[in-house]
Amino acid sequence: MDIRVYSLRSLRLCGEFILIYSNQDIMNIYEQQRHNRRATYLLMFIFILVFCVLGFGFDQFFTGGLPIGTTVALIIATISVLGSYYAGAKVVLYSTGARAVNMSNLKERQFHNIVEEVSIAGGLPMPKVYIVPDPDPNAFATGRNPQHASIAITEGLLEKLNRDEIQGVVAHEMSHISNYDIRLMTVIAALVGAIVLLSDFSARSMRYIGRSKGKGKALGIVPFIIWLLLIILAPIIAQIMAMAISRKREYLADATGAELIRNPLALASALEKIEQDVAATKSIKRGVAHLCIADPLGRSFTNKQGFIANLFATHPPMQERITRLKKMGYIYAPTIAHGSAPTV
Amino acid sequence: MLLFIIGGAIGLVAIILLGLVIIYNGLVGLRNAVKNAWSQIDVQLKRRYDLIPNLVETVKGYAKHESTTFEKVTQARSACMQASAAGNVGELAKAEGFLTQALKSLFAVVEAYPELKANQNFLALQEELTSTENKISFARQFYNDNTMRFNNKIQMFPSNIVAGVFAFKIAEFFEITTAEERVAPKVQF
Repeated sequence: MDIRVYSLRSLRLCGEFILIYSNQDIMNIYEQQRHNRRATYLLMFIFILVFCVLGFGFDQFFTGGLPIGTTVALIIATISVLGSYYAGAKVVLYSTGARAVNMSNLKERQFHNIVEEVSIAGGLPMPKVYIVPDPDPNAFATGRNPQHASIAITEGLLEKLNRDEIQGVVAHEMSHISNYDIRLMTVIAALVGAIVLLSDFSARSMRYIGRSKGKGKALGIVPFIIWLLLIILAPIIAQIMAMAISRKREYLADATGAELIRNPLALASALEKIEQDVAATKSIKRGVAHLCIADPLGRSFTNKQGFIANLFATHPPMQERITRLKKMGYIYAPTIAHGSAPTV
Repeated sequence: MLLFIIGGAIGLVAIILLGLVIIYNGLVGLRNAVKNAWSQIDVQLKRRYDLIPNLVETVKGYAKHESTTFEKVTQARSACMQASAAGNVGELAKAEGFLTQALKSLFAVVEAYPELKANQNFLALQEELTSTENKISFARQFYNDNTMRFNNKIQMFPSNIVAGVFAFKIAEFFEITTAEERVAPKVQF
């Protein structure tokens, strides 16, 4: 055989050795974090780029080439990117009307205690805790890193779930915090909001100045239509992207959360209770939907399978999540009485 | 040719040295993680010792005749505090097991006193104690996970060589040793 084949093989063996030797479960969490950090920066870059293209188009069609639109778009984009990174969590919390925990209330104090417990289990700093005044059970986490993280739950969740189930929900949110999902999701929430705002604004300003100054068209009609389509489609594409990213993370957060407290059945039963409560979480707006443990809009997509449902649902089907957790429950159960072990 | 061999040898030595440094730093990092996890357990255990006298006093107000149960709890608590002060992981784990049992029988006593179960002060204490117990068990889980990682490094090739040279010692798991807690729950069909 060729010497090159040998050297390639030995190189691959070395690689495998390193992979096996380095502790897999540590590797994975760090890979998750790195992946999410990279995705966040990429998203910010794409966002600024899209803004610039929109602004550039505006200049071409309306200002006759003066870079007013581009400059304004660039400034707005930079401010939104910085704002989404540093103040995104505050905006998200404010938009849901979240309030601080009242420590003299036994139930709310219990929630505070549970978050403290789970943060010990994960070896993470204690996040800030908030209550959203809404009777529908739901929960979300936000922030830019574990040192600046918040967990919020609704009053309904506090009332309808027992201690173990709340612990399951908090563990799910804690895994979103530990693998930096919260940073990506919070930035997405803020940027999707900005894109929707911009699209609204350009559509309105077009109607306003479109007729009077429309003469200075530097480019042809085809680019104009493309630009128009971009403006119309940008918010929809942004939302579909947010949903796709969030959907993938939910199974992982369920599994990691269950492992964190070594109790998948608590989260399974919490999800069952949340699902039974079909009403929408009114305090949580569409832009924050992908941050929550269950779809706050009460959309029927979440429980169906298929292409359209997959495209628009922020969360995977609830039944599938519960089934997966219950399967995990068999693994953690100390005694299995029957001869047939469950296949997982 | 000679230059080539010398260059190769120097490169090899450099790679091995770098590997040693990485392994050594990894070991130190894990040892510190184990220490930190242990201090977490310690904090929560102390908190539990502080809560217990309050709890006993509150229960005493309603259930005066259960003095044996109170004594058991108080004794188990002081045994724990002694083991904790001595810093013996094995002894402490055993004493903690007894304390958990004693507290369980105390809460069983409470079941017979409905007015006590409705007392706000008692409910708050119960929640604090439940939470502290959870924190202890999670801190223990975190400690044991870190201990396993550290011990794996010490025993597995090639880091075991570095661990041997620099005399890294295996860390002790925090295990429950009372017989009652060891028994797995029976399932009947």
